[in-house]
This record gives sequence, C-alpha cells and structure tokens, in this order.
Amino acid sequence: MNFDLTSDQKMLQDQVRKFAQTELAPLAPEIDKSGEFPWPSLKKMAKLGLLGVIVPEKYGGSGFDFVSLAIAIEEISRACASTGVIVAVNNSLTTYPILEFSSEELKKKYLPQLCSGEKIGAFGLTEPNAGSDVAAMESTARLEGDHYIVNGTKRFITNGGEAGIYVVFAYTNRDLKHKGISAFVVERDTPGFSVGKHEDLMGIRATANCELMFEDVKVPKENLLGKEGDGFKICMNTLDVSRIDIGAQAVGIAQAALDEAVRYSKERKAFGQPICNFEMIEALIAEMATEIQAARLLVHYAGFCKDKGMQKFSKEAAMSKYYASDIAVDVTRKAVQIHGGYGYSKEYAVERLYRDAKILELYEGTSEIQKIVIARELTR
Amino acid sequence: MDLIVCLKRVPQTAEAEVQIGPSGKEIVRDRLTFDMNEADSYALEEAILLKEKFGGTITVISLGLPDAEDTLRIALAKGADHAIRIKAEDFGELDGFKTASLLKDALVNVKFDVLLTGCVATDDSLYQVGPVLAELLGAPHATLVGKIEIAGEKAHVNRELEGGLIEHLEMSLPAVFAVQTGINEPRYASLIAIRRAAGKEIKLLGKDDIPSEHRVNSTLEKLFVPPAGKRAEIMTGTADEVSARTASLIKEKGLI
Repeated sequence: MNFDLTSDQKMLQDQVRKFAQTELAPLAPEIDKSGEFPWPSLKKMAKLGLLGVIVPEKYGGSGFDFVSLAIAIEEISRACASTGVIVAVNNSLTTYPILEFSSEELKKKYLPQLCSGEKIGAFGLTEPNAGSDVAAMESTARLEGDHYIVNGTKRFITNGGEAGIYVVFAYTNRDLKHKGISAFVVERDTPGFSVGKHEDLMGIRATANCELMFEDVKVPKENLLGKEGDGFKICMNTLDVSRIDIGAQAVGIAQAALDEAVRYSKERKAFGQPICNFEMIEALIAEMATEIQAARLLVHYAGFCKDKGMQKFSKEAAMSKYYASDIAVDVTRKAVQIHGGYGYSKEYAVERLYRDAKILELYEGTSEIQKIVIARELTR
Repeated sequence: MDLIVCLKRVPQTAEAEVQIGPSGKEIVRDRLTFDMNEADSYALEEAILLKEKFGGTITVISLGLPDAEDTLRIALAKGADHAIRIKAEDFGELDGFKTASLLKDALVNVKFDVLLTGCVATDDSLYQVGPVLAELLGAPHATLVGKIEIAGEKAHVNRELEGGLIEHLEMSLPAVFAVQTGINEPRYASLIAIRRAAGKEIKLLGKDDIPSEHRVNSTLEKLFVPPAGKRAEIMTGTADEVSARTASLIKEKGLI
C-alpha cells in the first residue's frame, strides 16, 4: 500500500500546476465570458505533451499512464474547467479509442495530429434523441464499395465546432440493436459533414459545444474502429476511461472552489473577525476538504485499476465519476455560500465554478447512469 | 560551453504562515510546500538558453536534504545533463561561507565556462553564496545580473543597480553570475522530458566524499518574529475611518 505519487507523476503535477495557474487561470474568466475556444493555450499544452498524455512516444505522445492523465486533468481543470474538458476529450475520448481499437495505419495517421495540437479531437455519440439511451441513436452508416456512407445528427459535442478529427458512432445494422452500432474516425473536411448550432451553455462555455451534421458523408472503410458492430463495446470501454478524467475534472473544479473559499473566509470580516472563525464556516470548509480528498482517492484508484491492467473497471470508473461530480456541485455551492452575496457576482470565481460544476453530473453518463453501472456490477 | 547552476530548494513562504519550531532555530517544515528558489529558476533558464545557443552541458548542484532531488530532477527535465546533491544531512549547521565551501569542494573537478546562481535565496536572504563561491573558485563574478551576452572568451553582463541604473561589465570567462529574477522567462518541462528525467542518476556527495572540515563563520542563535514596535500604530475601524486617520497622520508628521 502506497499513496505516494511516483517521481515522474510528482514532476508532472508540479509542472502542470505551475503552467495551469500561470497560463490558464488568468484566461478562465475571459473565455467563460466570450466563449472563445482557447487555441493559443492548446498549442502551448501540445508543446508540453498534454494533448497526448497516454499516447506512446512513437505516435507523438508522452507515454504516461492513466493516473498521470487524471493528475494533469485535475490541475488543468483547477485553473480552467473549459480547458480541462477540452483536453480530457482529446486524450481519453479521441486518442484513447484510436490507440486501443484502430489499425496501425490509422494510429500513425491520426495520433500525431492529435498530440501535436494540429487538430483537436471530438467524440460524436450523443444525438438529439439519444443520450443515456445510446441504442436509440438514429445515425446510420452503410457500406458502399470502399466507403461507409454516414448520415445523422450529433448533439452536445464538446470540441465539436473546432475539432478536426471525430470519433463517430452510427448503426451499420439496426436489426442487431446495440450490437449493430459501429465506430468510425471522420475527418472534418469530408464532404457532407458540417457543424450546426453552437450551444449556449450554462458552464464550460469555451468548449465549442456544437451540433454535427452528416449528410451522405463518405468515410473510407479503413476508418472503421474495430469491426462492424464493435461500436457499443468501444463506446462503453472508452467511457470507462474518460469517466476517470471527468472525475479528475470534478476534483479540480472542487479544489479551485475550496481554494477560493478558504482565501475569502480568511479575508472577509463579520462581527469584528474573519468569518473563518465561525463554526458554521469551519464546518463547510471541513466538509469540502474531506469530500475533495475522498473524490481524489476514488479517481486515482480508478486510474490505478486501469493502469494495472484490470479488464473490468467500469464500477471503479463510475464510482469516481459519480462521487466526484456529486461533491463538485456540492463543494462549489458551499463556496458560493461562504462568499455570501459576492459569490453570486461574476466578480468572484466561485460564481463560474458553480456553473461549471453542474455539467459534471450530466455528461459522459449522467449520475443516474453511473449508479446503474455500479449497482449492476453488484447485483447481476 | 560548460555550465553549472547552483539550485536551492526553499519553503514557499509568500502566502504561508511561518511558524518557528521548538528548537527556536528552524521553521516548522511540515505544512509548508517547497520549491526551487525563484531566482535559481531564472539562473537555470539562463543556462539552458546558453546551452541552446552554444552547446555544451549543464551540471546542476544542490546542497540540500533528500527532497532537494525533486528540484534537481525538475532541472534535469528542463534541460540539465548532470545533477549532484550534496547531502546537507551530513554537514550540520550551515552558513553562506560553509555552503559556498562545500559547493566548491563538490565542483573541484567540474570544468565550467559559466557558473550561475540565483542572486539570493528567499529562505535566508544571504546574497553570499555566489560571490563567495566565485572567490573560492578564483573566478570573477557579478551579482544582480539582469542580462548576459557571451562573445568568445568574454561575457558582457548588465547589473541592476538601485535608482534604475544599469551597470554594464565586460568580464573574462570562466565567471560566476548571480542572476536577478526577470532576466528571462523560465520554461515548463515537457512530459516526455519529465519521463526521461525520472530515471536519470543524481550523484550524491556526503561526508565521505567531502572530508574537509568547514567551519561556520556565524552561528544561528535564534529565529523570532519581532514584537510590534512601540512606534507602530495598528489602526482599526472602518475603511473610511482608517483612511482618514492615515491622511491626518501623514500631514501631522510633515510628510506632505
């Protein structure tokens, strides 16, 4: 039993924290307001190797493990929640399925572009009428000669408006239900592909969250991930990995809220003394700090399960995502409460953090879905 | 060009509350975070820039406890080639002179053209180690260095003086420069470089390797937080009351 980070994980944490606090944190309020996708920050992160954390060096990545990726996502999200999820999506929802399920040719073609920041990745799963109910998706892909012809609409796609490489899910055989779903790598400049409406979100506002439209998009058949019908499996396996990173994002957002709350409670005076002296504020701070630590340990443990090669870590990933999301909403709410009326003002970071936190309970599997995953592992 | 950079791991005290330990001679380390001394990170970056321009190798050295190896490793990840830790735990009480003497002993067989240090360490604020080490090594030195240019065997350096003045010096190499913060923009280590640095060797030098006895010229008697002076007035009240009192005091003392 050992809770220490390894030497390289400690260095990664140190350098990513410094980078994020210096380069990303000052931009967070700005891009929250403007909704501008943080390309300059992404280029800097690409140079540091943060866009391909788990990708082996031979494909242009950094060759770290999943615990390290979680540490990096936490630190980035602590500085800027939008940037945190942009990087998480590029790493665990795009490079990971390509690394895990594609041919050597596709890896060589796409991974270096995603690691270098030349192109950013996105994950096209959710549809207007298919969220938690993945099998309700309407997108289709039919094989014609050397190409699949993809049709359909995807919605709420993080990075959607700015990405260059998309992992997209569609039915190749609807009769087989979820076993008829297949996964493809689709390039942005393919004729028939277009970006639709840009969502005006409550939080994580700089994530180019958009609708994607596919009208007879010709995708080369070698861009199929795995085999026909592997889509559902690929999707679930990928989400297991990405949930660890959403857990990490939640821990980062919550930690930022605690940092703000502690600082404010020491500065703000009421009844002649700093409000941190009041027991009810102390109780809030103690609860927040404990919840964050518990969530962080769940996230690191889920990453550890993946790193040690556990075949099935869905439960651990779901626990980390569910709990960390839950406490992030709670911790940011408490941070606003500690700030009183000021916490409701855009002048203070906790206002943004509270808005940013809510999405954690909704995307990459709602909290309800996580609970189903956890419970079914125990009862089936 | 062969470069040496002296690094120190120091507590980050800008925002932390510093407490004095039971011995009265040291601060409580437990709840503090430690990091590369700020000026030293600029010295390291300057060395990396010189190496990028002229080639050569960088040796980083730290007199510190085992956790100083974390700082040395970051330096390796950023671009240093070799790292040495002098085991502070072997050498008892230190002062500026003894620190410089131990560094000199450790570096006796390391060739260099430029040796860089930060101009001051934020924990003891001595401003001594660079200049004393230069004297012990028989090399010229400049402190408060804000710019370094190398041409052939000569260095042209700017020193930042009070009153906004800059002193421009020509010096022969090898030389020692104690650099100011702000001389450059320290980089972050990339993840690949971090992974490679994780396995690099850090040479350890202890009392068996540096047998000579160095004395301290000054002995620490005690650390203390000064009591509030009698002439200090702590103003209380609302912001308006405090600013009114401040304004009247300034007038009263004839400052305006």
